[in-house]
Amino acid sequence: MDTVILISQVIMGFALVLTFVRVVRGPSLPDRVVALELFSTTVVGLVGVYAIQSGVSSFLDAAIVIALMGFLAAIGFARFLERGGPRDD
Amino acid sequence: MIDVIKGAMLLTGSSFMLLAAVGLLRLPDLLTRMHATTKAAALGVILIMLASAMHFAEVGVVARSFAIIVFILITAPIAAHVIGRAGYFVGSRLWSGTVKDELRPNYDPLTHELKSGMETQENAKRHPRNTDPD
Repeated sequence: MDTVILISQVIMGFALVLTFVRVVRGPSLPDRVVALELFSTTVVGLVGVYAIQSGVSSFLDAAIVIALMGFLAAIGFARFLERGGPRDD
Repeated sequence: MIDVIKGAMLLTGSSFMLLAAVGLLRLPDLLTRMHATTKAAALGVILIMLASAMHFAEVGVVARSFAIIVFILITAPIAAHVIGRAGYFVGSRLWSGTVKDELRPNYDPLTHELKSGMETQENAKRHPRNTDPD
């Protein structure tokens, strides 16, 4: 079981690296917003796996909060895009 | 037995997340990237949370895991819709192989006015019916 947890953590860490490449390269701001949302979703998964690994179920509360923050950040960025502020992609 | 199911769920969930990241990196434009990330990442989180619910097997933890699942299922489509709408309005370029963009000829992104192509004087007239309230 420990090996499986380690493998899944490595896979998700690699997914984070790929997502970060898109955050850096992303040609426009909406691409970066999508990448940041995937970032928060992947971190929620990592926290869930870490809760299994450490046996502390309170980490799931942190996962809830991270998911909420990611959703609010996406909504805020979308409002910012639509209202049209100063942008520098 | 339950360890096998748990391990399979963890591996499948993290593989789905890796697939979402690969899709985000490889696909050509904003809408196809969102198509890859929202569904695959949501499915990955759902599988991992199911695995953690099976691992702890207590009422409170299972309730919290299902709360996360429901929250992801509700918010992922909303966030995708809002970002896709904003990205279309700010004029993100579509892929060169896009077959159809039905909004382009009928929609004015400045005034947010949608035309159907049938705005004639005859169609603009009001046709009252007998059942209408006065």
